Amino acid sequence: MNARARRPFSREQRLTIIQGMLVFVLIVVVLQLWLLTATMNAWLGGDESLVWPAAAASGAGLALNVGLFLYLTRLERTRGGGG
Amino acid sequence: MTDHGRERLDVRIDSPGREGLAGTTPANMYRPLQEAEQVTIAPDWRPMEDQPAWRNDFPIDWPQDHYVERRDFMKFMVLTSAAFTMGQLWIGVQNWYRKRTAQPPVQRIASVDEVAVGGSIGFTYPNEFEPCLLVRLTTSEFVAFGQKCTHLSCAVIPRPTEGSFHCPCHEGRFDLRTGVPTAGPPRRPLTRIVLELRGQDIFAVGVEERT
Repeated sequence: MNARARRPFSREQRLTIIQGMLVFVLIVVVLQLWLLTATMNAWLGGDESLVWPAAAASGAGLALNVGLFLYLTRLERTRGGGG
Repeated sequence: MTDHGRERLDVRIDSPGREGLAGTTPANMYRPLQEAEQVTIAPDWRPMEDQPAWRNDFPIDWPQDHYVERRDFMKFMVLTSAAFTMGQLWIGVQNWYRKRTAQPPVQRIASVDEVAVGGSIGFTYPNEFEPCLLVRLTTSEFVAFGQKCTHLSCAVIPRPTEGSFHCPCHEGRFDLRTGVPTAGPPRRPLTRIVLELRGQDIFAVGVEERT
């Protein structure tokens, strides 16, 4: 395995990548918070039509976040030349 | 090599041009203890020889520190995201449970004569944990609402002279006739209890949640 494959990003690049990921994750989390409060308000008011679509949207947000985090752990595994 | 004012040192002794003193040593003989990217870097990016003694004694690799704290924060945010999704699923389960429970029972509250015009009485409906208020507006008009404020579930108090329900916790007010919030923090109307007049008796026959 060549050196580039073992270490695709430098430390500075990884810092930039994780900052971009963090911004994305934060935006998704804020959207999920808004979705949760809006759904709760609607459900307590008797509107049940929103419950499952909102849960699906929140689940999609979680899947995005988990996917990004798994990508980050994959970057971690490739750092330092397989050590 | 200088790059944007900082020193870049390749610490590996087996790097090109540094293959031992004679250039004949096997490369793995001088395998470095640390990879180049794991070498401590001070916040001002100057080499450690130029740093004060205390920084040499207690070195902190700031770029790595920044990376690790962002990674941990991201992990925490992903867990927060999971918690919000669990909350959504919890609402779904509660919704399923609410649909599954039977229709509210028909329950006698009081006879017409027991409530004076402008007066009110308390009762529980549809179960013992849901306090409600029956208010007589005129000789022929009755309304009933859940007593829990839609802000934080404090008990609202009827004030017929002001035409409102008053929540003493945060000064919330609801219209006495409709239960719609008119002042304070509540945003949703009070839960309306559907009434039915059968002879001289008043019955609660349903619950109406509203947004």
